[in-house]
Amino acid sequence: MKILVCISHVPDTTSKINFANDNSKFDANGVQFVINPNDEFGLTRAMWFKEKQGATVTVVNVGGLETEPTLRKALAIGADAAIRVNTVPTDGFSVAKQLANVVKDGGYDLVIAGRESIDYNGGMVPGMIAGLTNANFINNCIGLEVEGNSVKAIREIDGGKETLSTSLPLVIGGQKGLVEESDLRIPNMRGIMMARQKALTVVEPVATNAETISTKFEKPAPKGAVKLVSLDNLDELVNLLHIEAKVI
Amino acid sequence: MSVLVYTESEQGKFKKVAFEVASYAKAVANQLGTTVTAIAMNVSDTSQLAMYGVDKVLNVANSQLDNFNAKIYANIIKQAAEKESTKVVIIGSSANSKYLAPLLAVELNAGFASNVIEVPSNVSPFTVKRTAFTNKAFEFVQITTDVKIVGVSNNSFGLVESSGSATAETFSPVLAESGMKIESVDKVAGKVSIADAEIVVSAGRGLKGPENWGMIEELASVLGAATACSKPVSDLGWRPHGEHVGQTGKPVAANLYIAIGISGAIQHLAGINASKVKVVINSDPEAPFFKAADYGVVGDAFVVVPQLIEKLKAFKAQQ
Ligand SMILES: Cc1cc2nc3c(=O)[nH]c(=O)nc-3n(C[C@H](O)[C@H](O)[C@H](O)COP(=O)(O)OP(=O)(O)OC[C@H]3O[C@@H](n4cnc5c(N)ncnc54)[C@H](O)[C@@H]3O)c2cc1C
Repeated sequence: MKILVCISHVPDTTSKINFANDNSKFDANGVQFVINPNDEFGLTRAMWFKEKQGATVTVVNVGGLETEPTLRKALAIGADAAIRVNTVPTDGFSVAKQLANVVKDGGYDLVIAGRESIDYNGGMVPGMIAGLTNANFINNCIGLEVEGNSVKAIREIDGGKETLSTSLPLVIGGQKGLVEESDLRIPNMRGIMMARQKALTVVEPVATNAETISTKFEKPAPKGAVKLVSLDNLDELVNLLHIEAKVI
Repeated sequence: MSVLVYTESEQGKFKKVAFEVASYAKAVANQLGTTVTAIAMNVSDTSQLAMYGVDKVLNVANSQLDNFNAKIYANIIKQAAEKESTKVVIIGSSANSKYLAPLLAVELNAGFASNVIEVPSNVSPFTVKRTAFTNKAFEFVQITTDVKIVGVSNNSFGLVESSGSATAETFSPVLAESGMKIESVDKVAGKVSIADAEIVVSAGRGLKGPENWGMIEELASVLGAATACSKPVSDLGWRPHGEHVGQTGKPVAANLYIAIGISGAIQHLAGINASKVKVVINSDPEAPFFKAADYGVVGDAFVVVPQLIEKLKAFKAQQ
């Protein structure tokens, strides 16, 4: 089985978010970047397929040179090869278009992406890859097994989960649950050394158009101070929620 | 040219979110000077939609649609959009709507903006405001394609009633190949899901162990709320993964979020910050959650929560 894991290069979860150029652009200054958490769960599941079922695992990112350390980290975790599509992404659709092209060129059976990137939270890339490559698609995937061509998967739904059967080729939007938190791997020295020898292929982008344009960012207004209610006056809390906040 | 809205249902009845997205669609239709058409699947009585500004309902009746399938549903919405020569499609932010949206976008060659929280700030160029960076920022996005899809964030617009009537039309689209089969569904009946809830009661590691969740469940049931938890609580197996909220868990955009024994780490706050009113109950006055909350009680959850349940029961009894 040939697996492609899509890796989004995102600000670390603790990052303060700032904007530059008159609030029109994300300011990457001083920001630490990581593998998108949803993608890391997917990559870890891919490692299981590699170790238990002999799958080959390629990781891919659409981005500039600055994303290569993130791809190297994925190689250090255990992916066999990496591809970087050499263009700075403009919107979800253009990323999906580039990735769909990589999928078609490489003949991948299974594409593992994250349900959303924690930067722009578009949540559209996995589904669009499936649509563009005519593959089956499971979003919010929290369980995945592949036997030959048949797939058994679990999808998180609002208020529960459902078990689905389908077949390859398949694209998933993965998230925690796909593997447990404790299964995540921190690259060790040997992995890091080996990653240096692995192929990181840079491919040029295909022509594509953006469908959406990001024009401006705003930060939420600063919050007013918390109203504290004393422990022996909880009636006051009920009142505040009812009369002032009007939420009960 | 009418605005098309996908009104979600469950077991033949509209979900509340259907009325919210219909209200939103009406506001957009007013901006564009057009009407609203809703597409519904297997809903027995669609008349309620008129109250939220819908002019026409395309109701699809087909038992093969009883279970949601993203590909088939997306394809039906596409057929409806083409029939109505729609330029703007409105959907919600449930797991199912987010699942079908990108498939629909590809089918319609439409640009898609998710997590939208306000009516378009401009219709030419078509510009919407959405949340990004997991609620750490807002982003204004222009959708430049001929057909546009807007995913409205839960509880962001609310219900807006209008008067009028809706015509109902039977719509019999061709069903696409699903490529997929549902083997089983595991869903607790009668429990409010985090996505649908207006109130969410959430608890963290401060609760000490899974055996202490009885009072959390009770508080939630008094309020008609969904229950949620912080990440370590689900990692430890105290609560199911489906309850984990935050940046790497489910997003919460409730009207009221009550956090009990949760410290308020940045990854937790990011995921719940879209909630309108936040209450924190924590024994440590220095807990970062107090900086993010609207109301707070400094105290031991094991003392505060049982009392709060009694107060709320008394309050509910009076209502
Ligand atoms: C990549 C990444 C992603 C993450 N994603 C998420 C996420 O999506 N969601 C999430 O929640 N976390 C996430 N985290 C974890 C996050 O950083 C925190 O570790 C976590 O939120 C802490 O959970 P907690 O508040 O339940 O526990 P703690 O931080 O241990 O806090 C427990 C709180 O309970 C209080 N307390 C103790 N006893 C009592 C009592 N008797 N009564 C009242 N209060 C009491 C304490 O004062 C304390 O404030 C993520 C972390 C990383 C690194």
